[in-house]
Amino acid sequence: MVKQFISLEWKAFFRSASFQTNLALKILMIFGVLMMILYLGGAGVGLYFLLEKMDLEPFATVNMFMIYYVVGDLIIRYMGQKMPVVNIKPLLLLPFKKTKIVKFALGKTVLSFWNWMHAFFFIPFSIVLITQDFNPLGVLVWHIAMFCFIYANNFINVFLNDKLWLVIGVGALFALLGAAQYYEYFDITAFTQPFFQGLYETKWTVIFPIALLAVVATIAFKYFLARLYLDAGLAKKVSEASGGDLGWLDRFGKQSTFLKNDIRLIMRNKRSKTTVFMSIMFLFYGLLFFGDAIEVYSGPFWMMFAAVFVSGGFLFSFGQFVPSWDSAYYPLMMTQNIAYKEYLKSKWLLVVITTLISAILCIPYVYFGVDVLLAIIVGAIFNMGINAHLVLLGGAFIKTPIDLQSGKKAFGDKSSFNLKTLFVSLPKMLGPMALYAIGHFTVGPMLGYALVAIVGLIGFAFRDKVFNQIIKIYKSEKYKTLEAYKQTK
Amino acid sequence: MITINNLSKSYNGVTVLNLEGFEIPRGQSFGLVGNNGAGKTTLFSCLLDLIQPSSGYIENGGVKVHESEDWKTHTASFIDETFLIGYLTPEEYFYFIGDLRGENKADVDALLATFEDFFNDEIIGKRKYLRDLSKGNQKKVGIVATLIGKPDVIILDEPFANLDPTTQIRLKGIIKQMAIDKEVTVLVSSHDLQHVTEVCERIVVLEKGELVKDIITSPATLKELEAYFAGNEVITEA
Repeated sequence: MVKQFISLEWKAFFRSASFQTNLALKILMIFGVLMMILYLGGAGVGLYFLLEKMDLEPFATVNMFMIYYVVGDLIIRYMGQKMPVVNIKPLLLLPFKKTKIVKFALGKTVLSFWNWMHAFFFIPFSIVLITQDFNPLGVLVWHIAMFCFIYANNFINVFLNDKLWLVIGVGALFALLGAAQYYEYFDITAFTQPFFQGLYETKWTVIFPIALLAVVATIAFKYFLARLYLDAGLAKKVSEASGGDLGWLDRFGKQSTFLKNDIRLIMRNKRSKTTVFMSIMFLFYGLLFFGDAIEVYSGPFWMMFAAVFVSGGFLFSFGQFVPSWDSAYYPLMMTQNIAYKEYLKSKWLLVVITTLISAILCIPYVYFGVDVLLAIIVGAIFNMGINAHLVLLGGAFIKTPIDLQSGKKAFGDKSSFNLKTLFVSLPKMLGPMALYAIGHFTVGPMLGYALVAIVGLIGFAFRDKVFNQIIKIYKSEKYKTLEAYKQTK
Repeated sequence: MITINNLSKSYNGVTVLNLEGFEIPRGQSFGLVGNNGAGKTTLFSCLLDLIQPSSGYIENGGVKVHESEDWKTHTASFIDETFLIGYLTPEEYFYFIGDLRGENKADVDALLATFEDFFNDEIIGKRKYLRDLSKGNQKKVGIVATLIGKPDVIILDEPFANLDPTTQIRLKGIIKQMAIDKEVTVLVSSHDLQHVTEVCERIVVLEKGELVKDIITSPATLKELEAYFAGNEVITEA
């Protein structure tokens, strides 16, 4: 019976549309995975010696931060790891025991990359510990305990599905705890560190993580089993309509029709919500650059790079996929009497307003200096004046239908935020970087800022020209786009 | 109102639609029947300029649909659920279509009020998204939305499928009403011979993309169609 399951999975995997993405993308993805393995493996081997060099007690320090590692893993999983849904519906009527279906589905998650990638850190790290004269048995016990936590996360993620607010809450709590620790108000690791350390020293405590794993695995199993009915877990979620009639948008005139729709699209669909979440994360991206956290990034034009990035998160991740956001009902749009220009303008207005809001939210970066704020402001002007059009232009060529209801794909698959999108975005960063560099190295930073701002402002004048170009593409590509959007997932 | 001229469509050398041409005059209620793969949806898609014909063209209201977009102002259609916006409530969807067709909220509300029976209290004011409605209720929304803004041409693909018996009867009433109105041209496709003979003045039968029958509906039509589809055609006196 398991053989049949596996053969089903095999076909599902190799025949899925997302598997048949183009070769270049596959190579990029494999490259990304290899980088990840390299990083983790490098950390596993090198971390001990690095910490030693910094005059810290390596093992104790790792145990200190282990709580953040475990919680961070859970949050990243929530966003990235897919739910173990084998094609369950057709199986329900066949003579399988339900428990068997559930066991197989959960068993599948055990083999997930999200679990075994941690091995690339923990195995070399444990070996290093043993070579450094730690008690081998203690290290082994500690190692097992760590994997219990990783696998506990794996199962927690199963029943955490759709509890977005809980996850955001936990994330925020630990961000606060991290900040409290940094500023020495309160140190949670004072409580957790002895526990992780204790797993090595007092070996019998390993029963706690093992018990935890057993408990969450059982809960996940029961959770899944209980929802194996068409009107429970397998049912579509019916949600109550939210949001008012958005009448206040009428002031935008003709664009308000589409603007209302776009705002509803963003508020009511998983995929677009994930996009918004991503763009909020982008706001914090600047900390890496401006905060001198990473030395390589402190060159002058890197600051410009970050400035464009922090205000442009939404612009890039949403604008990239206009008109794909409307792919589910593109035939409707094509048979209604729609003025393309109004349609585009409304999308443009949306990205420009969000860029403006992002720029305002970035004002606290003034903490790192007035020049940082200045860079962000000119970066935002450039985003609004130039990148807003370029992104919409790029979107006209992307013919990947977007499944609005699947939020989980926002990382992995080709139709959403991924390496490809990032690479398409890169030139939009390099422009302002180059402009700034020209000014910076001839006269000084002020000319650099001025150049970026001026080019951005000039860009506004070309808006309608670019729009006409985009409309031409929409029209000439109409049939191809309709055909492409028909292919679901 | 609508003229079809030497229209053909083929995919990879397989012809799925091949029509010499015919005309649908203004005000006619026109029925399209045929088995699966007969080319009904293909014809409608060509008519809406959603796919490009391999040869020939269609004129709607005097303009060629693939050259000008002017036909969009007077044509409304509901082919399938890709004509619905899943994340809107029915009301929001109606207002959106209203906006596009130059009707304000009050106009739309007035129109919706006349369909209270048809909606059977399952559509309006339920605060449900279209994507969460049953197939039948989605269809009701799609059909009623085509009536917003008083279009001259209304195109409905399989409007009776998925509807409950009461709604089918009510829908027939609605289409008959439109048939009486000599300004509105209605195009309906269906697998249900009885329904289509009841509501349409003229019926065209397609088979494998070819026109095989073009009948002005009479009391004998249903028998004729049933005989044809049963495969033992009887010769009827013309």
